[in-house]
Amino acid sequence: MRHIISMLLENEPGALSRVVGLFSQRNFNIETLNVAPTDDPTLSRLTVTTHGDERIIEQITKHLNRLIDVVKLVDLTEGAHIERELMLVKVKAQGSARDEVKRTADIFRAQIVDVTPSVYTVQITGDATKLDAFLQAVTPLGVLEVARTGVSGIARGDKVLSL
Amino acid sequence: MIARFLKDEGVEYIYGYPGGAALHIYDALFRQDDVKHILVRHEQAATHMADGYARASGKPGVVLVTSGPGATNAVTGIATAYMDSIPMVVLCGQVASHLIGEDAFQETDIVGVTRPIVKHSFSIRHPSDIPTVLKKAFYIASSGRPGPVVVDIPKDMTAPTERYEYVYPRKVKLRSYSPVSRGHTGQIRKAVELLMSARRPVIFAGGGVITGRASEALTALAHRLNLPVITSLMGLGAFPQNDPQSLGWPGMHGSYESNMAMHNSDLVLGVGVRFDDRVTNNVNRFCPDARIVHIDVDPSSISKTVHADVPIVGAADHVLNEMLNQIGQRTEAQESLDEWWEMINAWRAERRGKLYEPAASGEPLKPQQVVEAVHRATHGDAYVVTDVGQHQMFAAQYYKFNQPNRWISSSGLGTMGYGLPAAMGIKLNYPDEHVVLFTGEGSFQMMMQELSTCKQFGIPVKIVNLNNASLGMVRQWQDLNYKSRHAHSYMESLPDFEKLIGAYGFKAITVNTADELEPALEEAFRSKDELVFLDIHVDPREHVYPMQVPQGAMCDMLLSKTERT
Ligand SMILES: Cc1ncc(C[n+]2csc(CCOP(=O)(O)OP(=O)(O)O)c2C)c(N)n1
Ligand SMILES: [Mg+2]
Repeated sequence: MRHIISMLLENEPGALSRVVGLFSQRNFNIETLNVAPTDDPTLSRLTVTTHGDERIIEQITKHLNRLIDVVKLVDLTEGAHIERELMLVKVKAQGSARDEVKRTADIFRAQIVDVTPSVYTVQITGDATKLDAFLQAVTPLGVLEVARTGVSGIARGDKVLSL
Repeated sequence: MIARFLKDEGVEYIYGYPGGAALHIYDALFRQDDVKHILVRHEQAATHMADGYARASGKPGVVLVTSGPGATNAVTGIATAYMDSIPMVVLCGQVASHLIGEDAFQETDIVGVTRPIVKHSFSIRHPSDIPTVLKKAFYIASSGRPGPVVVDIPKDMTAPTERYEYVYPRKVKLRSYSPVSRGHTGQIRKAVELLMSARRPVIFAGGGVITGRASEALTALAHRLNLPVITSLMGLGAFPQNDPQSLGWPGMHGSYESNMAMHNSDLVLGVGVRFDDRVTNNVNRFCPDARIVHIDVDPSSISKTVHADVPIVGAADHVLNEMLNQIGQRTEAQESLDEWWEMINAWRAERRGKLYEPAASGEPLKPQQVVEAVHRATHGDAYVVTDVGQHQMFAAQYYKFNQPNRWISSSGLGTMGYGLPAAMGIKLNYPDEHVVLFTGEGSFQMMMQELSTCKQFGIPVKIVNLNNASLGMVRQWQDLNYKSRHAHSYMESLPDFEKLIGAYGFKAITVNTADELEPALEEAFRSKDELVFLDIHVDPREHVYPMQVPQGAMCDMLLSKTERT
């Protein structure tokens, strides 16, 4: 099953490589990885999506928790949560395709954020399946470049991941 | 600052080797007398010395090396300590901060190189951070499940031109690190219930019992419920082997009765063990009838290879004492273990007197009988250190350990060359004890340059070279799996060990026959202040048995060259 694991990480040099290294060292897979500072300058938030059965996910979370740099960790998929990813796509937009791209973007509530005579750059946010669906829809029109941020997420309701 | 910290931390010895990036530190060491530095002949030896000391004392060993090749030479020793959860602090010089990343002379990203084989690592970024970072390093290395910690120290951090106030930090807190001690009471209750109602229980105790100083609690629990006790190789000595409840150690070359008992048990109480593949054999066929209770300080050890029915995260001594406590309050009777002990005693009887055949007169000595003779000569209470190979397994099988911290061997990594420096680290700190190294001519030659260190610092270890003129363990596998095609398992052109040892000014005795053995041992163990090397020529055809059959269950064993279960 797919899991979204989010953690607060000491903002220390080497912390990120310890997390990433752990995945390769123990033969765990990483599908997406997203890391950025938080409101607390000493902490970063890191989110990975990964696949595995229950035993593997348990091992992943235990080993991550064992890293001294990992301050707190949550498997968001264990409860209700919000998952978001941002994607920028350059799509060929010439002739009739120009309208088609625009229409498709509207349907997906995506925005065209840059325009040239031959190319639209589209920005879209949502969960991974929505992004995948959009990509599928515009692929016949000619996708030139894709940049995805990787999944970020947060639990629904009052639950918070903080110190 | 580093020298002062080490003194305040109570460090008596550090083991190391100087070089450019570490010279400020060496200069500081020169100008004080509290912390003694032992100059090795290869940085790997420094890590093994620290490791040997740590295993014998339970305290972290401290290593000091320079950047680049100094640090990379230490890697094998760091990995060895990591695999066996041994506390160690490795201080590495590094090129000056402004040069980092430029491929400067003797620059290696040692934090990167060692990342998968350390518990944690630090890079010093400001000289004033040194005391706190070192305190954290010692705290992390020695608490919870111990392990090696690397501290990378760029040269400018130790530049003597700047001055910072030094205060010894008595305590450090890390918000993201708080090792558990108390186990969950409810889980402990479940474990106790299972123990009381089990008909064929065994205790399986590992290195965690020794690190966690829980031997007493373990022994009390075993006696209280009359439980058979199996210890892992790392746990040798956690339960006295002269106790009738001891079944020895299990696994690849473990005792017949321990493998049979564990396989046929209905409950395994694992304490501070990691159920590694050298014990379980094929995990899918591991203990088919047993429920597993697993106590460990490290949650990631639990259910890693073998699913635990009752996981208990906690320090071994606390959890075991709490179990005793709860047992004391219970009124119902324990299930009788008489039948179980009958089965176990039958397994014991099956192999009694059949383990190996001592050499007939004129025949080459058997390594097993040498170990037994050394056991007698040292009254079973020496610190026993080994290298890696057949001799290691024979030492583990035939020396009997009645106390913890006496069996010192690289188990998880199996590092040839470990023995001599590890023995030295122990002898230096326990000068009044016999420290015996069982080695093989292959392993010994990996670290024999350290004889020079023994000479410089007067470190009189006793070395028993079980010389079979071959990489015996490799040869055994080739005999069994490769139709005796002995690809590169010979040690041709062996040195004349008497001359070699003599070159360092030490005594060496060559032993060829059984008649020569006793007098040689008597001479070797007469004094504790003389390094003696026994070059004992043993039968090169000997194999280590029992030996588990690949992919089998624990109970599937070869028992000799001609028998199997
Ligand atoms: C550094 C290292 N290299 C290779 C091995 C693989 N290996 C395991 S046992 C062994 C043979 C050891 O020979 P020796 O020290 O003479 O011991 P014996 O088995 O003959 O008693 C080898 C090569 C190892 N464990 N460590
Ligand atoms: Mg040999």
